[in-house]
Amino acid sequence: MAKKSITININGTPRSGEVEDRLLLVHFIRDDCALTGTHIGCDSTHCGACTVLLDGTAVKSCTVLAVQADGREVSTIEGMEGAALHPLQEGFFEEHGLQCGFCTPGMIMSAKHLLDNNPKPNEEEIRCGISGNLCRCTGYQNIVKSVQYASNKIQESESVGGE
Amino acid sequence: MIPGTFDYHSPDTLDEAIKLLNDLGEDAKVLAGGHSLLPMMKWRLAEPTHLVDISRLSDLDYIKEENGYLCLGAMVTESALENSELIAAKYPILKDTSEVIADPLVRNLASVGGNIAHGDPANDHPATMLALNAIVVVCGPNGSKREINIDDFFLGPLWTALQDNEILTEIKIPIPKQYSGGCYIKLERKVGDYAIAACAATLDFENGQCISAGIGLTNVGPTPVRASDSQNMLVGTDVSDEIIEKASVLASETSQPVGDHRGSEEYKRGVVKTLTERAIMKAKNRALGGN
Repeated sequence: MAKKSITININGTPRSGEVEDRLLLVHFIRDDCALTGTHIGCDSTHCGACTVLLDGTAVKSCTVLAVQADGREVSTIEGMEGAALHPLQEGFFEEHGLQCGFCTPGMIMSAKHLLDNNPKPNEEEIRCGISGNLCRCTGYQNIVKSVQYASNKIQESESVGGE
Repeated sequence: MIPGTFDYHSPDTLDEAIKLLNDLGEDAKVLAGGHSLLPMMKWRLAEPTHLVDISRLSDLDYIKEENGYLCLGAMVTESALENSELIAAKYPILKDTSEVIADPLVRNLASVGGNIAHGDPANDHPATMLALNAIVVVCGPNGSKREINIDDFFLGPLWTALQDNEILTEIKIPIPKQYSGGCYIKLERKVGDYAIAACAATLDFENGQCISAGIGLTNVGPTPVRASDSQNMLVGTDVSDEIIEKASVLASETSQPVGDHRGSEEYKRGVVKTLTERAIMKAKNRALGGN
């Protein structure tokens, strides 16, 4: 069976492995790297629970081969927290943006991509930005609020930092 | 779900990729964005023994106008198309199309070339490319290159004019004339679903008269469908409401929908008529300077 050695930089740490060509990125992240914050939901490119950033772009890691990510950078939910919670994580906490929490890691990574490209999205843009992520608990209302919270918080900290 | 076993190849150049396809034969498939192929492989609907990944070939990633054509490299992602200023300003029909494909995360990897090369009549770009009279550029062994008229490209469900040792490298779209407009309207059950039906419409006007029209339909036949009778109805007229109504009925009659979980045949024909009507109206507005 075909195997390749790959190295993927995940959250700033190079992770190497001998993998089957058919191994999916989400399985490399969860099984080989034990980073289980990234979830597997539908396994069929619908639900977005497995969303990670690949070279800064949000993708569904159940539909990317690990070998395709060789030599590239991946960010997962585990990489979001620095000295403190990321404003998105804080937003989901403050605005009650999760109930069961299963969709949350993917939702946050999608929102990260959105805010990186559009720091001040309106409600419609937020709803569009997370439209590849399914949540069966919240009805999305508080998720939208969470992203708005993060957007505002990032704006505030940047304006303070810029003075 | 995990795909069956295969060997993954990541060539550095287009020539290398074509050579691999030529050497490996029909058991090899091209991997572009992978968002049609990998799901099919998980379901065992496709079981290639070799994948040739062209997603790292940066020379297939461009959006430019050249020699009278808009040229789209095969690896341009749907997101890139959706966010391109050139596309938004001059080719809004392509923006309409990209932004209703699957969901934003899928569009970050899914490629316009893959959307066409996959040959799925449920995909969205094929109907749009019919309406735009696009040309598909394919490269084969020993530097060979051919241009295929979009009308000759789609042969059946998941079946195109591409040979096993060829790669779709570019899509060429004639640069629109001064009074031209187009749009794509899709009805879907939810974000990310295939179309119940969709209509792409383009119109060119001269002195207030329509001089050419393109109508393409999604997911209502074994291939994307060109509604020729509907186009003919529009040409030579001022595209009045009455003519639009007649052209929409003709499009509905040309479509070949099959009843399934997205609706009955009758319902889908009704959807085609309504979407065609709306698409022509919007294309006309855009052609005459509106949005």
